[in-house]
Amino acid sequence: MSVEVRIPTMLRPAVGGAATVQAEGETVGEIVSGLAATYPGLAGQVVTEDGALHKFVNVYVNDDDIRYLSKLDTKVGEGDTVSIMPAVAGG
Amino acid sequence: MLRLSTRAYAEMVAHCYDGLPLEACGLLGGTGEDATVCYPTANAAESSRVYTVEPKGFLRADRDAEERGIGILGVFHSHTHTAAYPSPTDVTQAPDPAWHYVLVSFADGAPVVRSYRIMGGNISEEPVVLLNR
Repeated sequence: MSVEVRIPTMLRPAVGGAATVQAEGETVGEIVSGLAATYPGLAGQVVTEDGALHKFVNVYVNDDDIRYLSKLDTKVGEGDTVSIMPAVAGG
Repeated sequence: MLRLSTRAYAEMVAHCYDGLPLEACGLLGGTGEDATVCYPTANAAESSRVYTVEPKGFLRADRDAEERGIGILGVFHSHTHTAAYPSPTDVTQAPDPAWHYVLVSFADGAPVVRSYRIMGGNISEEPVVLLNR
């Protein structure tokens, strides 16, 4: 299953500047693993070394935050859009 | 340099006023150095000291910017009692070296707006110019 993954500006250097990339997988975790193989620089910004979703990153399937679904086990289907959105914060 | 449309500037400052006594935040969209769209977002931190752009607000802004054919150029937030200068937290958490980091300070009562670039922990102020549109 191929889905579109939206990449915000701050992560685009890790994917060669693209705003969207295509990735294969049945779950968000598979999508992320697939992207990590193609774009090694992206993986460290999305998941921790032990494979959990990074605290400062929010991942959406369409309009839904995967933290409130099944996290990295969240299923994706044909036509879904996955968005990787780093936290924007400060003091 | 950051060139802000008068409309985006007014919306940004109004949103920061509305957020008082807490810090307010949002995103700026545009092209190149021209920020023409203000995307006010909730401060998910609900704090007078720190801010977190409400993640779904970021998602909506990102999508809207794409539909308009523009990009997210930067983030703004208010300092309620300190100067319009990035705090150490702002520097360590700055997500994108290409972004403009805009501060709206109420330390002196009337809002003071300044913009910065933050690259590798280094802060450099840049001029803010208002566009007549």
